[in-house]
Amino acid sequence: MLIAGKACLILALALSVYGIAASVYGATRPPGPGAGGWTGGQWVASGRRAVYALAGVLLAAFAILELAFLRSDFSFALVATHSSTTTPLFYRLAAAWSSQEGSLLLWVLLLSLWSSLLLRLTWRRAREIAPWATAVLLGFAAFFSALIVFLETPFGQALPAPAEGVGLNPLLRHPSMMIHPPMLYSGYTLFAVPFAFAVGALITRRLDARWIQLTRPFTLAAWVFLGTGIVLGARWSYSELGWGGYWGWDPVENASLMPWLTGTAFLHSVLIQEKRGMLKVWNVGLVLATGILSILGTFLVRSGILESIHAFGASTLGVPFLVLIVVLVAGSIVLVAARAGDLRSEHRLDSLLSREAAFLLNNLVLVGLCFVIFWGTFFPLISEAVTGTEASVGPPWFDRYTVPLALVLVLLAGVGPVIAWRRATPRNLVRGFRVPVVAAAVVVAVLVAAGGVAERPAALAMFACAAFVLGAVGQELVRGTRARRAMAHESVPVALVSLVRRNRQRYGGYLVHVGVAVLFVGVAASSAFQDVRELRLSPGQRATVGGYEVTYVRPTAALRAASNGRLERIELGAVLRLRRDGRALGAVRTYRSYFPSQDPSLGAISRFFEGEATSEVGLRAGLTRDFWSAIAPDTAELRPRIARGDRVFAAAVDELPPAAWNAALGRALDGLVASYASDPPAATFRVIVSPLVAWIWLGAGIAVAGGLICLWPGGTRGRRVETAARAARVARDVREPAHV
Amino acid sequence: MGAPFLPSAFPIGHTSIRMDPHRKRRIRLIVASTCAALLALALVYTSFSASTEARTPSQLLADASSGRAYQLTGKVVPGYERRADGTLAFQVRDRTGGGVVPVTYKGAVPDPFRAEREVIVTVRKEGSAFVGERDSLITKCPSKFSEAKAEQT
Repeated sequence: MLIAGKACLILALALSVYGIAASVYGATRPPGPGAGGWTGGQWVASGRRAVYALAGVLLAAFAILELAFLRSDFSFALVATHSSTTTPLFYRLAAAWSSQEGSLLLWVLLLSLWSSLLLRLTWRRAREIAPWATAVLLGFAAFFSALIVFLETPFGQALPAPAEGVGLNPLLRHPSMMIHPPMLYSGYTLFAVPFAFAVGALITRRLDARWIQLTRPFTLAAWVFLGTGIVLGARWSYSELGWGGYWGWDPVENASLMPWLTGTAFLHSVLIQEKRGMLKVWNVGLVLATGILSILGTFLVRSGILESIHAFGASTLGVPFLVLIVVLVAGSIVLVAARAGDLRSEHRLDSLLSREAAFLLNNLVLVGLCFVIFWGTFFPLISEAVTGTEASVGPPWFDRYTVPLALVLVLLAGVGPVIAWRRATPRNLVRGFRVPVVAAAVVVAVLVAAGGVAERPAALAMFACAAFVLGAVGQELVRGTRARRAMAHESVPVALVSLVRRNRQRYGGYLVHVGVAVLFVGVAASSAFQDVRELRLSPGQRATVGGYEVTYVRPTAALRAASNGRLERIELGAVLRLRRDGRALGAVRTYRSYFPSQDPSLGAISRFFEGEATSEVGLRAGLTRDFWSAIAPDTAELRPRIARGDRVFAAAVDELPPAAWNAALGRALDGLVASYASDPPAATFRVIVSPLVAWIWLGAGIAVAGGLICLWPGGTRGRRVETAARAARVARDVREPAHV
Repeated sequence: MGAPFLPSAFPIGHTSIRMDPHRKRRIRLIVASTCAALLALALVYTSFSASTEARTPSQLLADASSGRAYQLTGKVVPGYERRADGTLAFQVRDRTGGGVVPVTYKGAVPDPFRAEREVIVTVRKEGSAFVGERDSLITKCPSKFSEAKAEQT
């Protein structure tokens, strides 16, 4: 199987190289049969088929790897180091991409699948651009295939094959991690599609809005996937990592946010190019930057160039990625400079009070945000280059710039839908802004009157901006529904649905704006009004945090076995009872799981306390506030017993047969956890009460729903059919004056 | 009908005299460029003034100023972790051995924190001790930060 996997990867590399050559040769040769009697079109078709074949071959390679994980085939080095027989089946599937090698394979597999879908859907409509786009996409595929063939192969052999694997890092055992990496990689690889088409459009000078229209579904899908991936990562961090935060401005988090920001800017600015033929250079620049930032994100995770909790360190991939990025940046600059004459805008900005100007400002804010994050992320390298000393900036520095920019961004999410194209008149401004401004003013007045919010002006401003957005979008929906009802005499729900159905891009986009506003309300409230406490409690003791009365009711302690009966982990935890305003709210349970270390130098019992440990959060989530708790059990009192047990079992290893030795070890561990439960020491609890955290997940869900509405196929076709039917009806009415 | 000799900045039918669009665009560009340059300058200035220098334990032992924040990077020394009253005491050594710095720290302790793990913590020198900034401790994710690979062919 290892050989079959390796063969698939070599074949994938060969197919990529062949596809590039065939596509470029076919696109550049003159009409008529050439080498081998093939015409240029036939060479291009052959290059396209190479993409389909690449997807098939990589799918086979990935299936071989997944099968090895499912079968716990430890002759695969990757399986031996990232899975074990005690790893649950669900997580064995995800373990493939928890490694550097497996995630690179997943990256190129997704790229090949998306590229195949793209070419299947668009090649007839973009005959000139498609061969060049194919070559670019295959260029990426060749790069990643070369990495997994020559540098980081997922099909390395473990010699000798161990009887048991190391297991998946317990921190990654969270449902989010099953879909978080594929979502991120889908986002990154899908952003390669508009990048490739932009390069193709620049080479062939087909710089009208056609390539944008063809790749829009892929750009939107990239935006949805990457956004979902980012939010899933935040959710995993919040509920699994034991620190209670969802965003830490870590370089790898930032790396995923940067292409998402420029991709968001691109999705807005292309509307101006489509409607007015403006911002062509800007759009091409944005899409090229987004593609390069996607590669940069992958580079940051893989090179270990920056200190990050997530980065794959000690990697040999830094130099190849750096070379790729330099080539992409230089090539993009040269191409755009060479086509500057073809990228002139067809119109100018008529007024600063127009939707175009609002979109432009939105773009500047998004790109500004991206630049700030880029600067802060790469500051350690910048400072080392400038001063010779590596230094870094922390979350307060990021917050100083990103908070005001986020405020402007949310405000613009409300301005965009209501301001007129080309030039807004005073009448238009009053008509469009009256409701949103009143909504924002009412929210400010209510919150100030309620008290406690005015001391946090940034949060208050964010609530006002969000109310402005909800007012603007609500007003647009009401007006649209009214107009629809007047025209078609439909009921309100039917009119609303048909309004959205007939213009999915517009109303899906508005829903995204609502989602973003809701999300930022959650971020602002949970950051500004969070109550964090470290508590040291013994059973029966209580404390008050953020209005919650927390009582440590009793300790919990248990041995947990995997599905195959082997001991998987020890759990030490606590049950906390909650009361608020004199009302009992029930109990939450938090515990810490201790997974055994594979280090043979450790004692038989201490290896259970020296391996990986994960916090299982006790969470009581609600729409208005979350109660979050994580325990750090004090195992100091167990230490003497653990050390004594280590000595006893070390001495008994030659005296007892393995089965008896294992049974005795099980009993000893059982006794150890029972002693913790019967005589528990005081434990340390990290308790956080945060308002409106649920709004972050809710807002993200709304934004994704909006993105899916934009993506949903058939809107244009349906409208065309309906318009044609209406035209036929009008024509019939004109012919038959009896109706008049 | 417009008079052909009049520049486009003075279109017929408008009662007020409008600014030459080219000039208007130039002014807008200058204003926007100035704003961008000022913001960039602020960004550069604040990033250098608000940054924390990354130091290894041996560098910190050699020339640490009292009260100043440093980002200490290194590995946790085995056998020196103590928890008492919500304070974690541990020692950090250079990746390649060498200097060892004792640290006391309050706040969130990441799950992967343990002996021999790579950590990054913001510390200030207080007397002869180094005190960690609350919630600043981060530990590299061991699933990804792998220094040694399993034997492969």
